[in-house]
Amino acid sequence: MNGTHNNNGRLMKLIFRRERIQIPIWFICLVGISIAVPIAFKEMYSTAADRAAMVITMENPAMIAMLGPLYGAKDYTIGAMNTNMMLVFTIIAVAIMNIFFVVRHTRRDEERGRIEVIRSLPVSRLSSLSAAMGAAVIINVLLAVLTGAGLTALGIESMNFEGSMLFGACLGVSGLFFAAVAALFSQLCVTSRGATGYSFALLGIMYMLRAVGDISNETLSRIVPLGLILRTQSYTKNEWWPVPIVLVITLVIALLAFYLNSRRDMGQGFIPARPGRKTASVFLQSSLGLSWRLLRNTFIAWVIGLFMLGASYGSVMGDLEGFLENNQILKQAIMISDKYSMTEMFITMLMSVIAMGATIPCISMIQKLHNEEKHNRTEHLLSRTVSKSRLLSGYFVLAMIASFIMLFISVSGLWIASSSVMDNPIPFMSMFKAMMVYLPAVWIMIGLTVLLIGVLPGKAMLSWVYLGFSFVVVYFGKIMQFPEWLQKCSPFAHIPELPVDKINYTTLTVLAIIAVVCIVIGYIGYQKRDVQG
Amino acid sequence: MAIVETKELTKKFGKFTALNGINLEVREGEVFGFIGPNGAGKTTTIRTLLGILQATTGSAQVFGMDAWKDAVEIHKRIAYVPGDVNLWSNLTGGEVIDLFIKLKGNNNHTRRKKLIEMFDLDPSKKCRTYSKGNRQKVALIAALASDAELYILDEPTSGLDPLMENLFQQCIMELKEQEKSVLLSSHILSEVEQLCDRVGIIRQGKIIETGTLSDLRHLTRINMEFETKQTVEGLNTLAGVTVVNQGDNKATLKVDSGEIGNVLNYITRFDVVKLNSTPPNLEDLFMSHYSGNGGGLSEWNA
Repeated sequence: MNGTHNNNGRLMKLIFRRERIQIPIWFICLVGISIAVPIAFKEMYSTAADRAAMVITMENPAMIAMLGPLYGAKDYTIGAMNTNMMLVFTIIAVAIMNIFFVVRHTRRDEERGRIEVIRSLPVSRLSSLSAAMGAAVIINVLLAVLTGAGLTALGIESMNFEGSMLFGACLGVSGLFFAAVAALFSQLCVTSRGATGYSFALLGIMYMLRAVGDISNETLSRIVPLGLILRTQSYTKNEWWPVPIVLVITLVIALLAFYLNSRRDMGQGFIPARPGRKTASVFLQSSLGLSWRLLRNTFIAWVIGLFMLGASYGSVMGDLEGFLENNQILKQAIMISDKYSMTEMFITMLMSVIAMGATIPCISMIQKLHNEEKHNRTEHLLSRTVSKSRLLSGYFVLAMIASFIMLFISVSGLWIASSSVMDNPIPFMSMFKAMMVYLPAVWIMIGLTVLLIGVLPGKAMLSWVYLGFSFVVVYFGKIMQFPEWLQKCSPFAHIPELPVDKINYTTLTVLAIIAVVCIVIGYIGYQKRDVQG
Repeated sequence: MAIVETKELTKKFGKFTALNGINLEVREGEVFGFIGPNGAGKTTTIRTLLGILQATTGSAQVFGMDAWKDAVEIHKRIAYVPGDVNLWSNLTGGEVIDLFIKLKGNNNHTRRKKLIEMFDLDPSKKCRTYSKGNRQKVALIAALASDAELYILDEPTSGLDPLMENLFQQCIMELKEQEKSVLLSSHILSEVEQLCDRVGIIRQGKIIETGTLSDLRHLTRINMEFETKQTVEGLNTLAGVTVVNQGDNKATLKVDSGEIGNVLNYITRFDVVKLNSTPPNLEDLFMSHYSGNGGGLSEWNA
């Protein structure tokens, strides 16, 4: 028994050894941003009056839907501001880290046959899962303590030790919760893609449920763990009680995962396998057909997800409108132009966020080709009559089609939901144009991915880094007043914000040309280089 | 006519030289065995022939066309089975076979059906549930069901059971009868010995021997075993002879192929009652190459 225990420790060491690059990078980003933001807030909103002006913006339902409930509105300190603006998004980032981490060390290792080797050694059946979960506990506790200590160390007046620790604890507990969720889905699904997908779907659903709850139904928000953890009110009332509750829920989910793991055979899940087709359908008879088949589920999942994202933003438009009607002062204060309503101006901001969200499936569709190559599966096609450019086109064409469909679906969700709740609905074409104008920026991201896969396949992940960078500079750039040139490093920052800005065909053409150049270089590079694998 | 021809083919990955001046020729209608240990460069050579890797220097030609530039043209006329078959986990075996056949351009339903039955594959199962052998079967069926002039098979029987291996050998024999060309990479020497007209031995990125099996046999030594009435003496003094085992009235020798006559002349004086000589099998050939000049096996055997 003692020996088995030692081996569990060794497996955990193996996990940390394999994670020696990734987890530190996550930590640097998460703790770094958590600490940097309050410093920036202190610079920019140094007086109570500055912050009070900000409260007016933050009180509107659309912001609450996006960022969670607003606490301490009367005395909007730097601490209150930090929790209000940063907590949800930091929790989401921590959740993403945990989902990837747990799936990587459970279902993906199992899928790759690595767990089989481990299992043949004198370790218990639950060893891989318990090592992964043990490591997750260490990582999340460390993250909570580091964030808490870092925030305390800033010495900002309104950010005391207790509040900072509570903020850190919210991150750690939420991280553990999603680690447990990922562990559970890793038992239920047979593939790591499935486990990751379901975990992210749950994260998305929780985010949306709590958005609805935060605006209209406090009970709903309290039922959803992601909503409950936002009720901690760090730096204002410092309510600790949601932390143990979420921990208990986490424990229950984790125990369920362990139970299922002990019950099932290796390599199996709980979703039964049906016999499939014995022959290929007419659609699966070309390399394009194959890439569509491989990307189909991702595609459909994103169509549903983006429609719901658009609809959830749209559903708060009515409240936003009512809120603005009743607030004449704000109406005048924030209205830049008489021609456009506040709602329309809010939409311009939404569009850039949605466009970046819609870019994710487009990039991932091209990245799939690289993934296929790494697994030695492009060889099957290239050793037959498929040329490299035709193979690449199979993925490229689908990504280009997806760029249009994803934007269209999001804006449709937004428009359908918003027009049902608004007294003066915005015309569809106006929203449609405001969304579609982002196409060239999405194409640049597609082009960059093609370029990387063609020329620097080892660095293909850089396109995700660039999208993450774009999100940070465009989304936070306005709040935190990043320098103009830094914002302009992202293609999304160049897109005219319709209907407030005028459409600028020159800029759009230049962006489209850059995209084309990237794509052409990528194609040439891909044709010239060796296939890896 | 040479179907496959490489001249001084060299492939470098960074500083590592995977192939170092490979000269290889597969002639029309022959089964060419390509043998060598793991990591010797068999798969790299094959991938270069498929135009998946580009030669650093030297040339690789298939059907007289450049393997890299005319890849698609070449691929219309070849069939390939990779050594490590990785398939799409959420597609069924049947779907993959159909896709592969379709990509090749022709569609022979009866042959597909026959091969699936012969290899005893359940095409309705998802590829993730297949064992290594079953994945290998999928690739083999797809390759054999399509019409080709040249078959490139990279360790095609790894993971197959002996029954299936036998079946595979029959299929290759059929291809041979139809005068198709086959490049068969393998390290299962008995398989190569049975099927191949000529073999090439690769080691550390270099071809160290090519020729027919009988050509190669001349290069090495014959096993000779005999019994005599009188006590045998002085065997050690003979040129080109290594004594493996010697008793009073019997001995086992390894004899250079050029010295057989001398040895026979010498031993007749002891009244031979029994004589048995066997040509070296491929395994001996292979071993002699690897234990002889600085291969890792010499230390292993010592």
